[in-house]
Amino acid sequence: MPEKISIRIDGEYVAAQEGQTILEVARASGKYIPTLCWLESITPVGACRLCIVEVSGVNRLLPACTTPVQDGMSVTTHSEKLAAYRRIALEFLFTERNHQCAVCVSNNHCELQAMAQRLGVNSVRYAYTFPKLPVDVSHERFVLDHNRCILCTRCVRVCAEVEGAHVWDLSSRGIRSMVICDMSKPWGESRNCTNCGKCVQVCPTGALAEKGFAVEEMVKRDAKVTRLASRRGGHQ
Amino acid sequence: MKKTRLATVWLDGCAGCHMSILDIDEAILNVAARADVVYGPLVDAQEFPKAVDVTIIEGAISSQEDLEKVHAIRKRSKLIVSLGDCAVTANVPGMRNNIPPRKLLERIYIEGAQENKVIPSEGVPALLRQAVPVHQVVKVDLHVPGCPPPASAIAFVLGELLEGRVPNLTAKVKFG
Repeated sequence: MPEKISIRIDGEYVAAQEGQTILEVARASGKYIPTLCWLESITPVGACRLCIVEVSGVNRLLPACTTPVQDGMSVTTHSEKLAAYRRIALEFLFTERNHQCAVCVSNNHCELQAMAQRLGVNSVRYAYTFPKLPVDVSHERFVLDHNRCILCTRCVRVCAEVEGAHVWDLSSRGIRSMVICDMSKPWGESRNCTNCGKCVQVCPTGALAEKGFAVEEMVKRDAKVTRLASRRGGHQ
Repeated sequence: MKKTRLATVWLDGCAGCHMSILDIDEAILNVAARADVVYGPLVDAQEFPKAVDVTIIEGAISSQEDLEKVHAIRKRSKLIVSLGDCAVTANVPGMRNNIPPRKLLERIYIEGAQENKVIPSEGVPALLRQAVPVHQVVKVDLHVPGCPPPASAIAFVLGELLEGRVPNLTAKVKFG
């Protein structure tokens, strides 16, 4: 049995178990912390930085999805400072790629778009980079549009952890990072891809989509994938 | 009560945002009663007038003409509203931004043309290297994203502005 501990979230005492993350405890006690890269029952990586929280005694912000709880910890999930940094993180996601929501297959069903609305991001203060990026249409059934990718790595993790195929990886570093298939091959030439489509269903934006869908038509069903992962015991 | 001097400007956009201003149904009667529309696509004025209270801009800054216009507009307007994704994010006009303008024009007017293969140069303004959001060039006081923004949001924004308030749009609007 993991040891029972007690932490404070936004001043309220909540029961937790050793080994849980701040995000898990917060969600279990009905507290909302914004997330984009996090996916239930899949290994968290702290890529999007939206779930950052303040922990008293720690002079930097910590991602709630990867920070384990400690007895006596006091966590703040909402403050002016956090709202400002979450906004910056979100604005950078919009500037790094080409997110033309209006003409995207995932318009109105996109987690990035919905998060901007939820956090009140009505404009982006930083200059857009307008990078030139490829669209991989080589797969028979699916499309990878790097213009919409936010590098959350949900596809990478789900393919490796749930499907067991490990087709996806990240190449390069920083702003040059790209999702790659089979160590950088066109998706259609992948020998490891099982065509299961789990990566497509968990992708929060229009970066991975099924072919044959027009603007606004791609609705994702990530719950099917996370349910499967959870029945297998989730991430260890 | 003195009427608000209202201007609307159509830069690099599809006119959809202007159509959506007309889509606010009977709320437009309130606008008509409280505002003088001193400039816009349906107004005769050729020059952007002086001492405008509120200017609504649709579209991205894409050409030399847009650039000059928007600087003049900023000088002559108390408050500027970016209406729609093109003005707020560059949106579809910005999809050309990783292609040099000369290549773009050659592709369309030379390679893509069946006959009369010339790049138009007379009577059309030069394209800027990139189409950019309005606030990248001048200060913008209010952003109303959406493609187009919903009529309800436009009615709310106009209603508040004509009452002399700056509306809080948090969670009322979205990109796309």
